[in-house]
Amino acid sequence: MRQKRRGMTDTGAIELYSVAMDYGGRTLFRDVTFALKPGSFHFLTGPSGAGKTTLIKLCYGELTASEGRVLAFGEDTTHMDRDAIAQMRRRIGVVHQDCRFIDHLSVAENVLLPISVTGQAPSDAEANLAELMGWVGLESLSNHLPPELSGGERQRAALARAVIMSPDVVLADEPTGNVDWEMSLRILSLLIELNKLGKTILCATHDMSLIRQAKSRVSARVLRLRDGRVELAGAEL
Amino acid sequence: MKFLLDLLRGDSSAEKVVPPTGFTANLTLIASGAMAFLAVFILALGLSAGRQADVWEDALAQTGTVRISAPADTLDAQVTRVLEILSQTPGVGGTRRIPNEEQAELLAPWFGDDLPIDALLLPALIEVEFEGGGPDMVGLKQRLVAEAPAAVLDDHDRWRAPMVNAANGLRRLANLSLGLIAIVTAVTIALAASAALAANGQVIDVLRLVGAEDRFITRAFVRRFTLRAAGGAAMGALIALVLVVLVPNVADVAVTSDFGFRGLNWIWPIMVPVAAAVIAFFATRFAAFRRLSEVS
Repeated sequence: MRQKRRGMTDTGAIELYSVAMDYGGRTLFRDVTFALKPGSFHFLTGPSGAGKTTLIKLCYGELTASEGRVLAFGEDTTHMDRDAIAQMRRRIGVVHQDCRFIDHLSVAENVLLPISVTGQAPSDAEANLAELMGWVGLESLSNHLPPELSGGERQRAALARAVIMSPDVVLADEPTGNVDWEMSLRILSLLIELNKLGKTILCATHDMSLIRQAKSRVSARVLRLRDGRVELAGAEL
Repeated sequence: MKFLLDLLRGDSSAEKVVPPTGFTANLTLIASGAMAFLAVFILALGLSAGRQADVWEDALAQTGTVRISAPADTLDAQVTRVLEILSQTPGVGGTRRIPNEEQAELLAPWFGDDLPIDALLLPALIEVEFEGGGPDMVGLKQRLVAEAPAAVLDDHDRWRAPMVNAANGLRRLANLSLGLIAIVTAVTIALAASAALAANGQVIDVLRLVGAEDRFITRAFVRRFTLRAAGGAAMGALIALVLVVLVPNVADVAVTSDFGFRGLNWIWPIMVPVAAAVIAFFATRFAAFRRLSEVS
């Protein structure tokens, strides 16, 4: 599984060079440079409002940096047209804290959306779907509608949707923000399993105990957003 | 052609992401139905006006009237002379003196049926039929003035021009109205599509997040609005057609005596739902791409 995929540079799957972001008249961060190497596991931490979500959105092209360059699989996202952005997002699974779904579709249909939008028949992925729903522990809820799910179930459904296309990178923005500790550990375990399958993981969280849990099980680096800059956190974590 | 087939065939993956019902669905149906109803009526009116203009133009352009107002003792001699002149004039196909009884019928609407026609000194009227390009009117008028001073040739120009102008004006007004209906339909459907897209903002956000290209998202909305507009327009056009067919039975005024569709003209009301679908397609597409350009 750990193989070099199309567009993966030796430097990183996602690379940020001297990125600055102005938002609402203030500078959220500046001179941010880092690279997510293929197969790496990174946490992104920092206080609320530091810009973790913004940084995640920059990585998959939902936002454009005020300055600097963001490369996804070696291509500058600033110069991508809308279709290229869409193609790039098929290689990046995203899990948001608020886990948006299409509410009139079943959980299974929502999980299959990344396949549907590529024009492939969802039926081709039925076997994968069953396995994936079992992996996230939602096999009995496949036919339910998203509004019927609890916070933790929604997070796991979002994670299943993020990985159904077997993306190279998974970006998780506070994936444990709305769930209890037990569910947080379960979601963390799923992310660690994905990383062991060779996926590049970037997980934004402000939960230090979760990061300490992870560091005992996986080789994870911690990027800390503080005072408008990103720094590599040290052994104090 | 491929695009048309794709539109008709649909894309179940794309379509099911949009909620199947909503206020905008009914708005599109009602708006396109109402516009199609109006379009069919205006088409019928415009085509009728066009036909009427042609009829008036043809009928009046090929005839003329010579009126001879002379004392009774010289009237017959002048009539005879006028008939001789007309029979020698190239471009005149035939002549007929209108008998007094027929003149009485023409005057009846104003003076009643019991008009004592014999007691009146009516002018003699000669109906003239033209052929080919007609006679040289100026030359004919000069000859009549010279040889039958009481004769006046009326080539119907002063009647024909305003009537044909009026009918052509009605036809132009109908075409303008059709253009306005098309614009209003496009605007209404674009607004309905925009409202639908705004109401489904979360759907669009999710689709973009999972890597949907704009054409996938627009396909779902465009097909739905196109078919809905076509359906509404078909219903509106059908109701209007039924009423158009019934109109001649209840109206007997000049402009509606030939109201409706004749011959190949029937293709126009059938094209109304097709036109509504085309308008809806482009209006929704425009609205969808505009909305999507605001979503990253």
